[in-house]
Amino acid sequence: MSAPPRTFRVQMSDRLVTRGFVGRRGPAERGQRVPPGQYLTSDFPVLSAGPTPRTALDQWTFGIEGLVNQPVSWSWAEFTALLSRDYVVDISCVTKWTKLDTRWHGVSVDTLLEHVELDRKAAFLVAYCDGGYTTNLPIADVVNDQAFVAYGYDGAPLAPEHGGPARLVVPHLYFWKSAKWIRGVRVLARDQPGFWEGFGYHNRGDPWLEERYSGD
Amino acid sequence: MALNWQVATVTALRDETPRVKTLTMFVPGWNAHRPGQHVDIRLTAEDGYQAQRSYSIASAPTDQPLVDLTVERVEGGEVSPFLHDEVIVGDRFEVRGPIGGYFVWDGAAADPLLLVAGGSGVVPLMAIVRHRAQVGSGAPCTLLYSSRTPVDIIYAEELDRLAARGGGLRVIHTLTREQPLGWTGYRRRIDMSMLGEVLAQTGTMAMAFVCGPTPLVEVAATSLVGLGLAPSQVRTERFGPTGA
Repeated sequence: MSAPPRTFRVQMSDRLVTRGFVGRRGPAERGQRVPPGQYLTSDFPVLSAGPTPRTALDQWTFGIEGLVNQPVSWSWAEFTALLSRDYVVDISCVTKWTKLDTRWHGVSVDTLLEHVELDRKAAFLVAYCDGGYTTNLPIADVVNDQAFVAYGYDGAPLAPEHGGPARLVVPHLYFWKSAKWIRGVRVLARDQPGFWEGFGYHNRGDPWLEERYSGD
Repeated sequence: MALNWQVATVTALRDETPRVKTLTMFVPGWNAHRPGQHVDIRLTAEDGYQAQRSYSIASAPTDQPLVDLTVERVEGGEVSPFLHDEVIVGDRFEVRGPIGGYFVWDGAAADPLLLVAGGSGVVPLMAIVRHRAQVGSGAPCTLLYSSRTPVDIIYAEELDRLAARGGGLRVIHTLTREQPLGWTGYRRRIDMSMLGEVLAQTGTMAMAFVCGPTPLVEVAATSLVGLGLAPSQVRTERFGPTGA
């Protein structure tokens, strides 16, 4: 006699308790700084889709192009001579880690945009990078000191595996929006998905709303 | 289309190495993944506290609705020790996915493949190896796999068996910390000269997939570009020092 087919009862609900799971909670104040579904890490994991590009600083430029009256391009020397400051921010990666109080040095996107006149149709931008990576952002998410282009981390030049010589940092969105190896931004009237946004990740990526994947 | 949370029931547990375990989950209505993709899992405590983690899928898409996750135990971690020590067959948690669309290999291309793995970085590459075998792909495939000691080799027997089948799979191990008696293979971390030797034996690769800890991925990806592969031919996935 053969065994009856094994069946599993399945129920869908908002809350499925896993037997025996207790978890490890931090102090309550952590909840104010760690978005839902994230855990704290003290080291700095590296994630990227391909090899780390290495562009010589004398070949490096940063451009603003697209819907601006006059495109602008800075050399490394010109870029690092722009008004810059220190930032201390919390960052959250969609792969679930959150790191508190990361220390950066860089140039506010506001400072960069002061050098161009945006077309009145301008509403979005795409950050473009060495290695071909792109990510899209509403302009509203990068102005008013919400985003900066960093070239220093923890008191030292930003390491290549962390996006050096320069990366975008948009701390209030998941970290894939903080494009490594950034070389400029293209200003657009219509939104255009970037690299991960085209592979099923959320178009905006607010960690507090858990906007991880398309449809979240 | 939203990626909804689905209920996964554990149907089997298998020790792969002293520190690595495979959980087979039954997920009704699971959308077949592409080899290389991962899932998110969510564990909920009695009081509603939740923890989420991402894990690579180890099984081939044709096994669905059974999905294998191979999980390395991270000491002091919140989730992996629970999955290792507490979970038994019949337990349930939530899962959603599959996730990721770049670090994938579908089996359609006949071009040669190079897979470079460090430790549990072999997991998403194993999904590729298994899928390649199941669909009878003619794409020559070389797996260069770095482990610390012989007992740390995940899927050791299955890899031996698949390589012995003569289906165009070659598995090259390097053992960095401890080698068995009479070992003639590599005994150092993956470096440019090792990758150069592997490429010399296999010819130019159409696509390379590299997965492991960050230092290994950095060295391997940079070396492959140095050896003539275009950056777009080298796809990487990194297992950070965390990921508990």
